[in-house]
Amino acid sequence: MATQLRIATRNSGFIDPESVESYIAVGGYQALGKCLSKMKPADVIELMKNSGLRGRGGAGFPTGVKWGFAAKYESDIKHVVCNADEGDPGAFMDRAVLEGDPHSVLEAMAIGAYAIGGNKGTIYIRAEYPLAIARLKMAIEQAKEMGVLGDNIMGTDFCFDLELKYGAGAFVCGEETALINSMEGNRGEPYTKPPFPAEAGYWNKPTIVNNVETLANIPAIIMKGADWFNKIGTETSKGTKVFCICGKIANVGLIEVPMGTTLKEVIYDIGGGIPGGKEFKAVQTGGPSGGALTYKDLDAPIDYENLVARQSMMGSGGMIVMDEEDCMVSVAKFFLDFTMDETCGKCTPCRIGSKRIYELLDKITIGQGTEEDLEKLRSLSVNIKDTALCGLGQTMPNPVLSTMRVFEDEYRAHVIDKKCPAGVCAELLEYTVVDQKCVGCTLCAKVCPVNCISGKPKEVHVIDQAACIKCGACLDKCKFDAIIKQ
Amino acid sequence: MTKINSLADLQEKAEKLQAAKTKTMNEKVIVRVSLATCSIASGGKELMAAMKEECAAQGIANVVFKQVGCQTYCYAEPTVEITLPGREPVTFGYVKGDKAKELVQKYIKSGELVEGVISTNYERVVF
Ligand SMILES: Cc1cc2nc3c(=O)[nH]c(=O)nc-3n(C[C@H](O)[C@H](O)[C@H](O)COP(=O)(O)O)c2cc1C
Ligand code: SF4
Ligand code: SF4
Ligand code: SF4
Ligand code: FES
Repeated sequence: MATQLRIATRNSGFIDPESVESYIAVGGYQALGKCLSKMKPADVIELMKNSGLRGRGGAGFPTGVKWGFAAKYESDIKHVVCNADEGDPGAFMDRAVLEGDPHSVLEAMAIGAYAIGGNKGTIYIRAEYPLAIARLKMAIEQAKEMGVLGDNIMGTDFCFDLELKYGAGAFVCGEETALINSMEGNRGEPYTKPPFPAEAGYWNKPTIVNNVETLANIPAIIMKGADWFNKIGTETSKGTKVFCICGKIANVGLIEVPMGTTLKEVIYDIGGGIPGGKEFKAVQTGGPSGGALTYKDLDAPIDYENLVARQSMMGSGGMIVMDEEDCMVSVAKFFLDFTMDETCGKCTPCRIGSKRIYELLDKITIGQGTEEDLEKLRSLSVNIKDTALCGLGQTMPNPVLSTMRVFEDEYRAHVIDKKCPAGVCAELLEYTVVDQKCVGCTLCAKVCPVNCISGKPKEVHVIDQAACIKCGACLDKCKFDAIIKQ
Repeated sequence: MTKINSLADLQEKAEKLQAAKTKTMNEKVIVRVSLATCSIASGGKELMAAMKEECAAQGIANVVFKQVGCQTYCYAEPTVEITLPGREPVTFGYVKGDKAKELVQKYIKSGELVEGVISTNYERVVF
């Protein structure tokens, strides 16, 4: 039985998030105290580097190294930004941490500021998270009153000021340069790096941007040491990762496991497997930037490198589980629909490309796709990856490429046989009566909205395929399982 | 709130708070109700109110209610963790309708388990 290990989520569900005392009672703010009174900023950075912690927001960049860059630049003001934008469909772990343990994030931000020689912090959070916002505000106020944030923290001359900025909930605003633009009151559009934020970020000052989950790990690392953290996880990926498992899984929810736990352990041991006796088909990791993993990948230990080697990615930790009743073309279409809505429109490959990919996928799901369209899809996807400006556009074709690679048969069934093997794409389905089972009860004919079912009472009924609008009403009504859709 | 002026101050405060917590744990029933966005949406607040009401109705006074964040069991929300004095915490899921009252009448009153226990399989870092 795989066990979870809770580091980033250690306090969520255990302490009262609205009480600073509750946090202090479990050792809260002692990591900050330890840094301020016993460590030099350079020691803190060294410790972070040695721990091997990598960013949990998606890119997996080593946190200590990022802090080291920002520390190198001379500046009167330096910023620490907490990225609480969390826009991936199916991901809500950052929200859970902020709502359940806001002080750990504040404490980590103060530690980061101390390490880089900064004194200003901003939490960029989407306005759709009102409870997290309320609890953060409360936490900031209480921590200041307590003297663990604000001026002269714990009697030292370190001061750290913190404010909240609200995002309108655009996926692209989670990308760090777009986030900085948005914080400055501009359109949330990405810009090209360099300069990296560590050199010139928010208001052109050295800035570190860290994800909520990354930050939540930090006080634990300071308290328990780099070696302790280093021993958890795999060769390249240290510590734990929080995942939100959703979709066709019995135990939908939040989990935190050591890096290197296998997908099988996550889905079956912890997630409780696929409900309703259905067959596992795939799991999408990395959200709209990631890819589909199949039964072939179930034994793979999850870490950054392993997922990339299998042509998916870690992303922020959303895991969408799919069973035999999910159509992979529709899944790809779902993600493209999302990116088509969320593209900022700054560059053409992403703005127009997402629309064209979506249209092609749509054409395939309504049975009008051709083999040529599959080729178009592939080359368009590859081109967009190469030419888009930011991570959103560069990864947007991944769900398409990945499903096309792993489920090629399913794409071909759609364009050649005009069938949807999973039985999802309505236009490709046929409702038929099984002669042997039909008792001629006439119920189906009565509910059919277009009167396309004919037959005398007590005789086998027949569906006129040309007139059928595939509403499924007859299937639901038949008590004798005499109607099948395929 | 008295200000914390040094690391020693903070440690002293933490020890005091911990001691108070241990004392409460030894004497009282601790009820932690998950009140994060998803828990509230599925009825966490109602569950807390119903349990409080039932405790009052039964004349049970040694219960401390605490709101906490996500208890990680979306599928079984609303959830509540109950710690009877001197016992391991037990988490109950699907606490809707009369279930809240039943928890008070059976588990809190006499330690009798009711359905919906969620088995936990995690370790948690503490320091
Ligand atoms: C389109 C896009 C969306 C992103 N959204 C988020 C997000 O919601 N939260 C987040 O922390 N990082 C997000 N990132 C990654 C950030 O750009 C950045 O790498 C991260 O916040 C750095 O923090 P970390 O090193 O702690 O992971 C996104 C990146 C891209 C390209
Ligand atoms: S890739 Fe897309 S989201 Fe990124 S800058 Fe270009 S248009 Fe905007
Ligand atoms: S409802 Fe079923 S059994 Fe009745 S006539 Fe229609 S197909 Fe036959
Ligand atoms: S699917 Fe709808 S339209 Fe088609 S035969 Fe059944 S009831 Fe009639
Ligand atoms: S967010 Fe649903 S249980 Fe945590």
